[in-house]
Amino acid sequence: MTQQEIKEDLFILLKQIAPDMEPSTLEPDENIREKLNIDSFDTLQFIVSVNEKFGIDIPEEDYGKITTIQSLSIYIDTKLKV
Amino acid sequence: MIEFLMPSLGADMEDGTLVAWRKKPGDTVKRGDIIAEVDTQKGLIEIEVFEEGTVGELLIKEGTKIPVGTPMALINTDGNQAATEKKPGPAVQKPEEKQSQIQPTEEPLPNKPAEQDVAKKRIKASPLAKKIAEDNNIALSGITGTGENGAITKHDVEIAIAKKGTGIPQEKQLNGPVYDKATPSESIRLAVAAAMSKSNREIPHYYLEKKIDMSTGLNWLKNTNKSRPVQDRLLPVSLLIKAVASALDEVPQLNGAWKDGLHLKNEINIGFVVSLRTGGVVVPTIPQADLKTVDEIMNILNDLIPRARALKLRSSELGNSTITLTNLGEGGADTVFGVIYPPQVAIVGFGNTSEQPFAENGMLGLRPVINVTLAGDHRATDGLTGSRFLASLNKYLQNPNAL
Repeated sequence: MTQQEIKEDLFILLKQIAPDMEPSTLEPDENIREKLNIDSFDTLQFIVSVNEKFGIDIPEEDYGKITTIQSLSIYIDTKLKV
Repeated sequence: MIEFLMPSLGADMEDGTLVAWRKKPGDTVKRGDIIAEVDTQKGLIEIEVFEEGTVGELLIKEGTKIPVGTPMALINTDGNQAATEKKPGPAVQKPEEKQSQIQPTEEPLPNKPAEQDVAKKRIKASPLAKKIAEDNNIALSGITGTGENGAITKHDVEIAIAKKGTGIPQEKQLNGPVYDKATPSESIRLAVAAAMSKSNREIPHYYLEKKIDMSTGLNWLKNTNKSRPVQDRLLPVSLLIKAVASALDEVPQLNGAWKDGLHLKNEINIGFVVSLRTGGVVVPTIPQADLKTVDEIMNILNDLIPRARALKLRSSELGNSTITLTNLGEGGADTVFGVIYPPQVAIVGFGNTSEQPFAENGMLGLRPVINVTLAGDHRATDGLTGSRFLASLNKYLQNPNAL
């Protein structure tokens, strides 16, 4: 799975969380929560969906490392390769 | 035989339009069954039954606007079939008799707000009406609303569709593109406007604030979440809700309704403010929060918040709250002073949690601190009561294991 494919999957997951927003307009280094106006509840739902989609565990202390599409897709890519 | 009444769906809603019966005469019903769907300003609400028995006659036709408290159906409750049969009377008869009361009905808003002039420029329509209009390519601007404050109802749209089908010309929408952009959240905006205007007119608010050190609570959450899969993790708000419920147990004067005097409620039903991304709020209820664990509250939120955002709530989830809690969450304003949702007598507000210098026992340190506010109805309670509540809330948040 390439990073581009990961990003595309992430957009789909974000669209499910925030159907009234347009995740594909996110720049790679933009803060996902701020840009899409999603709160901590939505964030948790999103992390659950990432967990289920990619089968990776994201501990709470890593939440700060995955605030943008770029950092999140690198994080997932790294975890998948482990 | 009892009458099943249109339940109250919050102080800001006077009526709804019956969209569909989900039960027919002869069907058996039990507590919690959905008997009907009603279109309201807050979306399509599923109406639940709180009696066991057999559906007798359905008194209301689909498509009819029904004010809160209107008998909707007759239900034969087991044991006394037809024993106390009441004449339902022609269609809409306001029941004065308490024997037929099934669900708490609140006092409907007595006054049509004087905002009609202002609202004229906007098209008011229920979410369902908007959807049907959109699906059928009907411009809302060409429809005259017969609902509350001139709001367009499903029925109005259906008439317009019927006219369109028979070739009667519709008012063409030439220069009013703004109207078509009316979203379901606009009708929610009006519901919020009505409730908050009533609150501001009638309730003399007092405000209190307390800074609460969240380090113990957040550490407790961190440790709890560490061993859990992501699906079972708790959000800080679940702890805050539980702490509020426990503090209300100690200071019950804030848990009630004002109606010619303070009426305390036995159940602690916390109305939880859910903001919609497109604007407006809906306030579903977390029932008997004092009797639930933090985990159970989190499970309820997981179920309730997505449905609230999708405007798919049940009647029992609206209108039964005995107090409201609003939580701005991370990254927002530090303090929120709420407006009480009538007829309740208090609202608790949580701001952003931020790291702040915090002095304790002669030592200064950095702590995650949350500003908690209480807005109380001064007719019902005084600042001292509110102050005791905030002190109790602090006590529980310093001792999350006890929750």
